[in-house]
Amino acid sequence: MVENTISVALSGNPNVGKSTIFNALTGLKQHTGNWAGKTVDLAAGVCRVGAYKINITDLPGSYSLLSHSGEEDIARDYICFGRCDVNVVVCDATCLERNLNLLLQILEITPNVILCINLIDEAAKRGITVDKNALQKHLKIPVVTTAARSGKGLDTLKDEIVKMATLKKSGIGFTLKYNDEIEQKLAKINSSIIDEAAGLSGLPTRFLKLRVLENDTAFFASLRKNVGTDLNELAENKNEEISKALVSGIMDESERICKNAVHRGKKDNRDRKIDKIITHKLFGPLIIFCMLALIFWITISGANYPSNLLNSFFTSLEGGIFDLLIRIGLPNTICEVLVHGIYRVVTWIVSVMLPPMAIFFPLFTLLEDLGFLPRIAFNLDRCFHKCHTCGKQALTMCMGFGCNAVGVTGCRIIDSPRERLIAILTNSFIPCNGRFPTLITVITIFFVGSYGATSSIGAALLLCLFIMLSFLMTFAVSFLLSKTVLKGMPSSFTLELPPYRRPQILKVIVRSVFDRTLFVLGRALIAAAPAGLIIWLMANVTIDGASLLNIASRFLDPLGKAMGLDGVILLAFILGFPANEIVIPIMVMAYTANANLTEIGNLGVLKDIFISNGWSLLTAINVMIFSLFHWPCATTVQTIKKETGSTLWTAFAVILPTIIGILLCLITTAIWNIVK
Amino acid sequence: MTLYETELGKKYMVTEIRVSNNIKRRIYDIGLVDGSHVVPLFKSFLGEPTAYFIRGAVVALRREEAEKIFVEPIERGGKYHG
Repeated sequence: MVENTISVALSGNPNVGKSTIFNALTGLKQHTGNWAGKTVDLAAGVCRVGAYKINITDLPGSYSLLSHSGEEDIARDYICFGRCDVNVVVCDATCLERNLNLLLQILEITPNVILCINLIDEAAKRGITVDKNALQKHLKIPVVTTAARSGKGLDTLKDEIVKMATLKKSGIGFTLKYNDEIEQKLAKINSSIIDEAAGLSGLPTRFLKLRVLENDTAFFASLRKNVGTDLNELAENKNEEISKALVSGIMDESERICKNAVHRGKKDNRDRKIDKIITHKLFGPLIIFCMLALIFWITISGANYPSNLLNSFFTSLEGGIFDLLIRIGLPNTICEVLVHGIYRVVTWIVSVMLPPMAIFFPLFTLLEDLGFLPRIAFNLDRCFHKCHTCGKQALTMCMGFGCNAVGVTGCRIIDSPRERLIAILTNSFIPCNGRFPTLITVITIFFVGSYGATSSIGAALLLCLFIMLSFLMTFAVSFLLSKTVLKGMPSSFTLELPPYRRPQILKVIVRSVFDRTLFVLGRALIAAAPAGLIIWLMANVTIDGASLLNIASRFLDPLGKAMGLDGVILLAFILGFPANEIVIPIMVMAYTANANLTEIGNLGVLKDIFISNGWSLLTAINVMIFSLFHWPCATTVQTIKKETGSTLWTAFAVILPTIIGILLCLITTAIWNIVK
Repeated sequence: MTLYETELGKKYMVTEIRVSNNIKRRIYDIGLVDGSHVVPLFKSFLGEPTAYFIRGAVVALRREEAEKIFVEPIERGGKYHG
């Protein structure tokens, strides 16, 4: 312990409110959701108690330290070699028995453990009481009960952390006894290498012997990496019976502990009643469909007004900014580029993107907090299973509605690398918030008629149809991928369905605006500024009297026409690579031969522009199809590169949807020509 | 009988787990070992997978896994506790 600095590792099963505790302690706004596997990187934060500075590391949620999924290895290594002063193990009071599994494993590594039993309020509601003193006495460690969402018990937790760090114990307090066979085997292992490893790493010899007994090669590798000693030679062949005995030993102990310390009173079947409705053969699909439709409808109709407001606000500032720049002596052309190029594109994106995201993300987070999303994954798993992929892909697809980059990152919750890759590659089939404006605009002016409250319901329904198309495509492509390039058996599927929890609405709103909305918006803006510059240059640099924009769209025209689109539309999609929101504005700019992005407030005017430029019903349909299936936006491509670590797969993720989009458009055009 | 053939709402005890080694740990982690109690709760509206009550938590398993987990009914059975 460096003077007055305490390092704390926070561990626990997935979905026990670990992140909520972390946020409450550190004030960091890490996003928490009601489903397993939310913390994917090690998050670190600081909390101060009196003169002490507590550095807290939030480890990935794990059920066990012995399973060797990537995240569990990270957690295990950190606990073994991170040399933290205090380990806080967060358990869920509503299912303590399963949670104790991890605690008992950690207790084999270090005695400096505080058991934090969270969701104690939730447990009380279900008639579950936890006998803190019994646990404390049996486990010989401090036990704190918390209700992190309301902040209850957190001060006690902080005090206990400081107390433990200042009175650091050594050796092992609580020892879990295994069956006689295991204990005899343990007693027989005697080697100087183990003593050396124990000396160097500070790990208890009993823990090292257990790993030798189990022939835990993954652990040997990280021990070698961290302290240099190699236990590999001591290990015998892997023995299934021993693994089983070790697991049973821990489970039996958890069961015994809970028998004494956990009391269940009245039965609460609320969750099962809700589950019964949600998994009902008729109501289930209906509820999921209506829920999605409702969210889209609220997003679409609610975003319209603030969008216009923001837009006129930014437009009203434009003149002033321009004058200001001229006054400080910048040349006219530079001012043009800055204001009519960059400023206009950037503010356009803000006003089109911010309101729907600020509405969609909180709504989505509400579903997440309620515990509704894992039920969607559960209900739809069969479809994914048939495609040889993981049901959790349903969740990453849902996240893709907000932002594909977020969805791609979310794919980390899928365990098997093969299934994760499929989910990443197909995520851009789901239309994100950036593509909704394009879809909605086209739907509204070509299919629903005038804009109004009733027609927005029609728009939402049509939008749902197109979303079904993107679902179908996701399934088809996932299936094809797993039959061809990414062959392999589906990995095991275990999905925890957490209890329904009442979300804290205010916190949800604040959190999702700050964590997601502003984050995504920020990334889009970084891409938008250079795009603004390029678009302005293309519209204003002329060769032989024709702007680059014109030349490029004329060049693309044959391909566009063959696809039932035109050169301008294709060019708009290409220039919309930084952010899909600007696709329609670019079209308008090119059609009206305007040198700047212009606001078209009236959809009637927009319709006239489109129709006078040769748009038919086919064009409208194909614009929507191509909007669903084309290259992912710049931010998403970047994220795919980061997540797959492979240029090849990133290129694949760009080419795959593009080819599909082009093919679909060619097909619809062929059909259209035959019918006509 | 296997876990897949069980009746919703009844209580069973695990007698043997025959899943392949690489996923055995996962199954152990969710609390299924020989002797564990398990109650099948409900199925997805597509008929698969099934959600089970295991050691205080609700966990969904696909048919593949459930068919390799052997159980026997616990006589006094009764409805789900939780």
